[in-house]
Amino acid sequence: MYDCIVIGGGPAGLAAASAAWEQGLRKILLAERDVELGGILNQCIHNGFGLHYFKEELTGPEYAARFAEKLRETGVEVRMDTMVLDLKGAPGRREVHMVSRDKGYCIEEARSVILAMGCRERTRGAISIPGTRPAGVFTAGAAQRYVNMEGWLPGERIVILGSGDIGLIMARRLTLEGAKVLACVELMPYSGGLTRNIVQCLQDYNIPLYLSHTVTEIRGKDRVEQVVVSQVDGRRNPIPGTEMVFDCDTLLLSVGLIPENELSRQAGAEMDPRTNGPRVAENMESISLSGVFACGNVAHVHDLVDFVTEESLRAGAAAAHYVQSQGWESADGEGPVLPVQPGPGVSYVLPQAVRPAEMDKTCTLSFRVSQVFGPCKIILKAGEAQIASFPRERLAPGEMERIPLPKVLLERAQAQSVSVSVEEVSAQ
Amino acid sequence: MYDVLIIGCGVVGAATAFQLSKYQLKTAVLERENDVAMGTTKANSAILHAGYDPRPGTLMAKLNVRGAALAAELCSALDVPREQVGSLVLALSEEDLPKIQELYRRGIANGVPGVQLLSGEEAKAMEPNLAPEVCGALYAPTAAICSPWELCLALAETAVRNGVELHLETAVQGMQQTENGWTVQTNQGDFQAKYVINAAGTDAAAVHDMAAPHAFDIAPSSGQYWLLDKSEGDRVSHVIFQVPSAAGKGVLVAPTVHGNLIVGPDARATGPHDTSVTAAGLAYVQSCARRSVPSIDFRANIRNFAGVRAKSGEDFILQWADDVRGFLDLAGTASPGLTAATAIGEYAVELLQQDGLALQPKENFICARHRVRFKELPPEDRAALVQGNPAYGKVICRCETVTEGEILDALHGPIPPRSLDGVKRRTNAGMGRCQGGFCGPRVAELLHRELGIPLGEVLQDQAGSWLLRRETKGGAAHV
Repeated sequence: MYDCIVIGGGPAGLAAASAAWEQGLRKILLAERDVELGGILNQCIHNGFGLHYFKEELTGPEYAARFAEKLRETGVEVRMDTMVLDLKGAPGRREVHMVSRDKGYCIEEARSVILAMGCRERTRGAISIPGTRPAGVFTAGAAQRYVNMEGWLPGERIVILGSGDIGLIMARRLTLEGAKVLACVELMPYSGGLTRNIVQCLQDYNIPLYLSHTVTEIRGKDRVEQVVVSQVDGRRNPIPGTEMVFDCDTLLLSVGLIPENELSRQAGAEMDPRTNGPRVAENMESISLSGVFACGNVAHVHDLVDFVTEESLRAGAAAAHYVQSQGWESADGEGPVLPVQPGPGVSYVLPQAVRPAEMDKTCTLSFRVSQVFGPCKIILKAGEAQIASFPRERLAPGEMERIPLPKVLLERAQAQSVSVSVEEVSAQ
Repeated sequence: MYDVLIIGCGVVGAATAFQLSKYQLKTAVLERENDVAMGTTKANSAILHAGYDPRPGTLMAKLNVRGAALAAELCSALDVPREQVGSLVLALSEEDLPKIQELYRRGIANGVPGVQLLSGEEAKAMEPNLAPEVCGALYAPTAAICSPWELCLALAETAVRNGVELHLETAVQGMQQTENGWTVQTNQGDFQAKYVINAAGTDAAAVHDMAAPHAFDIAPSSGQYWLLDKSEGDRVSHVIFQVPSAAGKGVLVAPTVHGNLIVGPDARATGPHDTSVTAAGLAYVQSCARRSVPSIDFRANIRNFAGVRAKSGEDFILQWADDVRGFLDLAGTASPGLTAATAIGEYAVELLQQDGLALQPKENFICARHRVRFKELPPEDRAALVQGNPAYGKVICRCETVTEGEILDALHGPIPPRSLDGVKRRTNAGMGRCQGGFCGPRVAELLHRELGIPLGEVLQDQAGSWLLRRETKGGAAHV
């Protein structure tokens, strides 16, 4: 019986396993489906990782290597090339079904489980782009793998739909490889990526960004030959007469990420339709599955790996605490559980609930806004009462925001729920 | 000199090849594409219809009912996914009631087992997600869902294992009657045969016209679909039809054997190869489907596609061409063409026999096929499988849990795939919610490693659907 099984060896799993070890657990198993630790960081060869956590600029593989190195110094058992297929069992005795070439099909038991499977990309199907179905339509991450891991360029003339960070990074990467990136097309009136990526990946290379536009048709029988781009109105419907035709051989899609939670769903974790991840409490423990924790992109999509690390360290430490205090004995917990809800201007908040009795001095609330805000304030409420507010110059859906929720203020308010909202501040 | 040359390896050509492979004959199938099942066979509703639609007395009626039974037998023998889920044709208003009564009468006349008229309440008790407007339904318990491309593959593979030659990437360019048969010109050279069978689907009229005076037209009609994630797979448990119209059987909602939900098709006149989808067509399908099942969540879509029906008139065209000898058309095989295909193959053999082709049964005819499906096995069987061959312990496709062992089985099977989609049709790798985003590069690598296809020549699907342009500046060797 393991104390903890960590599913996934990307940045979330690496940090969670390290933290669980540091907090004193000694029987830890980490299962990674790929042949290397580090997950998607291994194909992110650009720099900009670690600015918050290490206060220096690292590439993705460098960032991953630091944590993989750290893990190697522990006694955490790592199984590579191992796919977890099922999560069953009961609190305190979870069963993790996994398969690998070396060990075959195994059912391992654990006191606690940490879900760190990351996320996947939305595809053409998710957005139903009309037209033919030729080769040459790639998700940005798949193209990134071909270029950075396999050493192959998917095409020469490229249009990118969506201004998510991977798409922006790939615009620059493909340009440096000698491909022509004709346009980056974004459905919304604002970019979905980090501002720094818009500047460094598009503007520096004179790649036009068409906001409030989308791809309305893919043409080409065998391979992409053209895409048609149209402007959209305020309700995101294409405006007839605004069509632009691009001659290209490749369309990259950077149209969003979806936490990969088939395992969590099978296991019966209660899900949040806003994050597409399990509903978690202040310690990243699933609200419905005692002793099952979730962290990183499986819980909600992050834009910075530094925050994945920070969140996963908390999840790992919490799993250790759960095992050491035999949390399964009191599976339903004691004391009130307060739901944390997104208010106006906010699309989701994580954690989805807090248990004041279990909280440290503060708990970090992560959230995204549902639209671009200029000068504004973030309002934290307990019940109907405002307990704190945080001024901001600008907030955008592409950038995750984090605020502290102090336990003392929560206790003082004696409320039944917590909410986060954002209000525009009118110019003075 | 071949005894029989079949043009086209969709499900009709494959079924005919399979039936002929039972006999001591020299048979070849010529297929223009780089794989079997590349036309209508891979893009349709995946339904084995019970047989109440066709007008009694037609070939369509006879072969639909026979085909449904024969397909059940062959799916079982050749390990093709098939589930007899039954179908409901809904009456959504009082006006629809006489139409389902007419279908009921046709079902009885066609000999469809177990057809039954239900009240709206009975139908809704069977399918809780039906629209409240449903006021009656025709229930046909023998309707089934299947994997159409796997049915075609299984028939073609078995034919090949029984000695039939399959010539892929072989496009017919012309043909002439000779003294004792036919010479067929292709891009791969000439073929001589006593008999030629035209199973060219949407191109059947064009192929016919190479051999004999123009006799029929194919009016290609495209149908667009939504294929939804498994999260929607339980929305209905039967095939849900609306009452048919002149354009076809209308928009259906059905589970698939792979656990997804399929919704479609519309009907739009197109070219024989135009499988594009349109925003208007997809929106139309959505709105029609919601009349049957209002709660479908279309945000769970993973793929849209269209197939082209090889439609010609009211009945199948299964007959000898006029003014020539030994040229058999199997044309106009639009719905219920998939259901009838196995019976069409059987019927074609009857026609050949009547014409004097001697049929000597093979003694060692193989009528079995087995495919490892790791995902569907219980833990103990999975364990045994990996112990026997570690390649079954490496999961390549995460969404559909397809292992390297299964992909190797396909790559070294009777008809090796030559593309990512070829592997997908044989193993399900890339068929899931991420649509090959993760496993695509890994499958490409396996095609390279096992079949020696250079990575730069790996195809997505048909010829010309190249995947990768060139090596990066550092080159693949440097990564």
